Amino acid sequence: MKPAAFEYHAPDTVEDAVALLEAHGDQAKILAGGQSLVPLMNMRLARPAVIIDINRIHALDYLTPDGDVLRIGALCRQRCVERSAVVEARCPLLSAAIRLIGHVQIRNRGTVVGSLAHADPAAEATAVFAVLGGTITAVGPDGTRTIPADEYFVSYLTTSLDPRELITEARFPVLPPGAGWSWREIARRHGDFALTGVGVVLTARAGTVKNARIGLTGVGPTPARAARAERVLVGRAPSGALWDEAAEAVRAEIDPDDDIHASAEYRRHVAGVLARRALAEAYARTMEAV
Amino acid sequence: MAAHEISLRINGKPYAGRVEARKTLADFIREDCGLTGTHLGCEHGVCGACTILLNGEAIRSCLLFAVQAEGAELMTVEGLADGDRLHPIQQAFWDHHALQCGFCTPGFLMTTLAFLRDAPRPTEREIREALAGNLCRCTGYKNIVEAVTAVAETLASAAHAGASPPLAGPADVAGSAAAVHARAALPGAQTRPGGKGSRSERAPSHSPKRRRS
Repeated sequence: MKPAAFEYHAPDTVEDAVALLEAHGDQAKILAGGQSLVPLMNMRLARPAVIIDINRIHALDYLTPDGDVLRIGALCRQRCVERSAVVEARCPLLSAAIRLIGHVQIRNRGTVVGSLAHADPAAEATAVFAVLGGTITAVGPDGTRTIPADEYFVSYLTTSLDPRELITEARFPVLPPGAGWSWREIARRHGDFALTGVGVVLTARAGTVKNARIGLTGVGPTPARAARAERVLVGRAPSGALWDEAAEAVRAEIDPDDDIHASAEYRRHVAGVLARRALAEAYARTMEAV
Repeated sequence: MAAHEISLRINGKPYAGRVEARKTLADFIREDCGLTGTHLGCEHGVCGACTILLNGEAIRSCLLFAVQAEGAELMTVEGLADGDRLHPIQQAFWDHHALQCGFCTPGFLMTTLAFLRDAPRPTEREIREALAGNLCRCTGYKNIVEAVTAVAETLASAAHAGASPPLAGPADVAGSAAAVHARAALPGAQTRPGGKGSRSERAPSHSPKRRRS
């Protein structure tokens, strides 16, 4: 339970960090909150030769509303997002999901961007990022680029980020005016990874669903959007029967895995149950918002 | 691998050392600073036994490298008691039999300290949620929750009493004694980055323990 030896760098600027990444490539790992990386290192499941600790790059510690997006810097702790009144007011889905990440001791160190970089398909932040259609800002030797959520997640713990790129920021769109939302997840114990989780953002007008976004965690190699279920909903009149129909569509389009925590069949069933509850709750919130 | 010079403060006292980058903060606290009250259970961030305060926030000291804590202000379980007088949270754990083997207790105490600072009047559900990151294999948690519930009330009423004139001397009423102690001890938990805590005012006068410095 002690990590293997590594070379340690703690740059003060993004430029220096990127120069180190360029020099060391995939031999290097970025250390931000360290709440996923350090356990892997302690168990020697990860043995990076070089650690680039970005905790001294204070310019990356920010949480800034900017028009219709929340800009979250790479050093912004999960706890900071959880406590933010702006996030609570403009993107309550993110607030609600963040509170379920690990425990308070984890969230005091862990960063939202680090969670996206780690890309655990059972994580909360990744699913919220996918539901909202956020974007990644990455800086590499060739400059800065923006990666949309649907081009970012590739597979388990795998993203389209180049090993020489540093994520400096994640942008989470705020909820549209009048939108309802819900985050529902099932975990064996508070703070555990969810067996399955569902996030919903829904808008309704004149008695019909105008727009619906459904995202799931823990049901495949990446956070998933339930596109078919979303199409089932649009233009239809909200009802218990409609939520049931959407829940069936969710079950039909996901492909969860078995593991020691739950069977694939159980996850598929629960994903539908949670989707139904989340849709009903999100719709109820559209009524409150009016 | 290169060694790194670090210096930091623990419970108001300065410590310094040379560490390999891979040395966790928990190991530095225990092995280099000789403060063995911080316990290591799982060493991968699950059990919470190694919880300490880093710049006022509860963190797992097994998931931070010591080199990252350069310049930081730490508080460990050794910083709770005032000499032989237990901190009100420790006293409540004692009174409510909230420990059996005691291995997990330092982590629970430090988690509780930060939690009650942020949520002085918690519900039982909030207490259970706050303690969820600390594992105890003896108690079944019931007595721990009772201890935290009781000390929350003690500290909240002490804070309320703090508005009245200071007590002249040691009081024989438990709540009042706790009130005096709470004023002395709780500011330690309130230290935040860039903020001024009063912990240094309470720092013992003897010279800091330094090993391998």
